Amino acid sequence: MYRYLVKRLLLVIPTLFGAAALVFFLMRLIPGDVCLVRLGAGGATVTAQALHTCHVKLGLDKPLWLQFVLFIWGLFHFNLGISLWSGYPVSYEIATRFPITLEIAIFATVLSIMIAVPAGTISAIKQNSWTDFFVRTFAISGIAMPSFWLGIMTLIGVLNLSQYLTGREWMPPISYIPLLQHPLENLSAVFLPAITVGYQFSAVVMRMTRSAMLEVLREDYIRTARAKGLIERIIINRHALKNSMLPVVTVIGIQFAFLIGGLVVTEQVFNINGLGRLLVEAVQNEDYTLTQGIVLLVVTVFILTNLIIDIVYAWLDPRIRYA
Amino acid sequence: MAPLLEVRNLRTDFRTGAGVVRAVDGLSYTVERGETIAIVGESGSGKSVGALSVMRLIPNPPGRITGGEVLFAGRDLMKLPEEAMREVRGGDIGMVFQEPMTSLNPVLTIGRQITETIEQHRGADRVAADRRAVELLRLVGMADPARRLKQYPHQLSGGMRQRVMIAIALACEPKLIIADEPTTALDVTIQAQILALMQNLTRRLDVALIIITHNLGVVARYAQRVNVMYAGRIVESGTAEQIYHNPRHPYTVALLRSVPRLDRPRQARLDPVEGQPPDLTRLDEGCAFRSRCRFAVASCARSAPPLDPTEEKGHLSACFRNHELGVAMASVA
Ligand SMILES: Nc1ncnc2c1ncn2[C@@H]1O[C@H](COP(=O)(O)OP(=O)(O)OP(=O)(O)O)[C@@H](O)[C@H]1O
Ligand SMILES: [Mg+2]
Repeated sequence: MYRYLVKRLLLVIPTLFGAAALVFFLMRLIPGDVCLVRLGAGGATVTAQALHTCHVKLGLDKPLWLQFVLFIWGLFHFNLGISLWSGYPVSYEIATRFPITLEIAIFATVLSIMIAVPAGTISAIKQNSWTDFFVRTFAISGIAMPSFWLGIMTLIGVLNLSQYLTGREWMPPISYIPLLQHPLENLSAVFLPAITVGYQFSAVVMRMTRSAMLEVLREDYIRTARAKGLIERIIINRHALKNSMLPVVTVIGIQFAFLIGGLVVTEQVFNINGLGRLLVEAVQNEDYTLTQGIVLLVVTVFILTNLIIDIVYAWLDPRIRYA
Repeated sequence: MAPLLEVRNLRTDFRTGAGVVRAVDGLSYTVERGETIAIVGESGSGKSVGALSVMRLIPNPPGRITGGEVLFAGRDLMKLPEEAMREVRGGDIGMVFQEPMTSLNPVLTIGRQITETIEQHRGADRVAADRRAVELLRLVGMADPARRLKQYPHQLSGGMRQRVMIAIALACEPKLIIADEPTTALDVTIQAQILALMQNLTRRLDVALIIITHNLGVVARYAQRVNVMYAGRIVESGTAEQIYHNPRHPYTVALLRSVPRLDRPRQARLDPVEGQPPDLTRLDEGCAFRSRCRFAVASCARSAPPLDPTEEKGHLSACFRNHELGVAMASVA
């Protein structure tokens, strides 16, 4: 197991390298030029001279291979370079946008695990009951509703409700205040997007939990547990839950990793300056370095999440632990 | 004295898309204290459903026990409240299943799977339960029991796992163990070991044993009495000796012909039981075996023959031609 983990950790390096190469060259396939975007922002005509000066300044005049080598060289020193658009270090740009996205992702994940795992389990145990029916309807709705629509509805709901209750319309604050600095304000900003995203998230996890649990409940060892005269609570908690969590853990991990790079729409609706929006802006601006930095961060999160999934798997299942 | 277990006219249905499957359809048999009996029959004859029905472990839906009595030590298990029934399961009656590879929980240690039964029924604490578990593993012939307790099922062979299942079944000193094809999934040498172990232990501890199997060869060596099951009910019952040497039901004869036997001159060939097993959704009031039976007469279609005594003591057969066919069948078998 430990050797396996070490191997997995070593694999991170080539994976990151591959991702870096891919994003480096793919970005440069997109037609357009950051200097054109920068200089021509106001609709001005751009002279060849100015364009050249800009290219030289940003290092875009160097041959492609050299640019790539410099990029990789920088990576080895944990240096992501300077944003071609803003001129600030890429790491700084990311550092200002990453915390809120991460926080929303974590809240949504925790929320959905807390709701979805018990609900999915109960739904499976009481298959075809009213509870099951309710949970399944709730889950299907969550999967069917687009997140932007749900987000807008939530906002309108909150506006109306605050108007009705206090006579004043209330909107969550837009600017990001770190959690430790001002917990309440931070949470009020993060809360709505987190439940919007968390609802969809929990719908997926709920369905997975339900079907995994139903499958496990048909296993022979559950019949053995019943034949031993164990009480139902022990049969579920000790015998069924751990086994049924294996596929669920995977789904949770993938969903979480997806949230890091994929919150674009929700961030737009709630007007949050998160990583998703930063990525869209970076691509639109042809900001190679910033795009590369963000993509590498997302890839890293994916890899780390997978690693954590593997560790949880090993913890849950001795067949993996002793392999 | 009343028998330890008396199953009377037990019925279990499954509601499926294809109709109601009458898997157990009037099952009756008895088990005396400390006795080993066998229930034999082809695949699909309702052996497992019959055993699970006794324990009230039929998944509902789709299954439902629709009638009958199961008298165990004087109480009708079918009438017990669920809580009292839980005491019976694993407490008074232990079970061993066919598939040792899947019948143990892969994520729990062997030890935990033994001790939880003891904790449940005896209210024992962890230390006492552990001590008992070591004792049980030693009893079922496992070397180094203390180390085994900490192992997981995937670290044991099939035979070892079945020993663990036997240990679990014995954990709370039950009066009866139901073993549903305990050796079918094991290879031949291990089969013999496991059967010998069960015979040995049940005799020593005075536990009654029901061996469910489709292998008549197994039955002859280990069971005192044999019940032959067909389409959800017993069609012939007697001592192993009677069933082997004087079978009275045409189905038993067919079953015997399908087994290689060392105590008879070599036959030209082994006959599998001719014809198809019956469609359990379409049973009528007649004898379920008549379409495959070469001795069938008109009355076989009118009603199902009851399980009647033959002229031998303790030998019963559910065939209208019970008496007249005795001699004829002995020669065929
Ligand atoms: N869950 C179920 N749903 C529907 N039908 C079932 C179910 N379980 C059993 N049956 C049916 O009940 C009948 C008896 O099955 P059972 O498992 O008792 O046979 P068996 O004698 O144990 O056979 P085998 O030797 O294969 O174990 C079969 O026709 C089977 O299709
Ligand atoms: Mg069976």
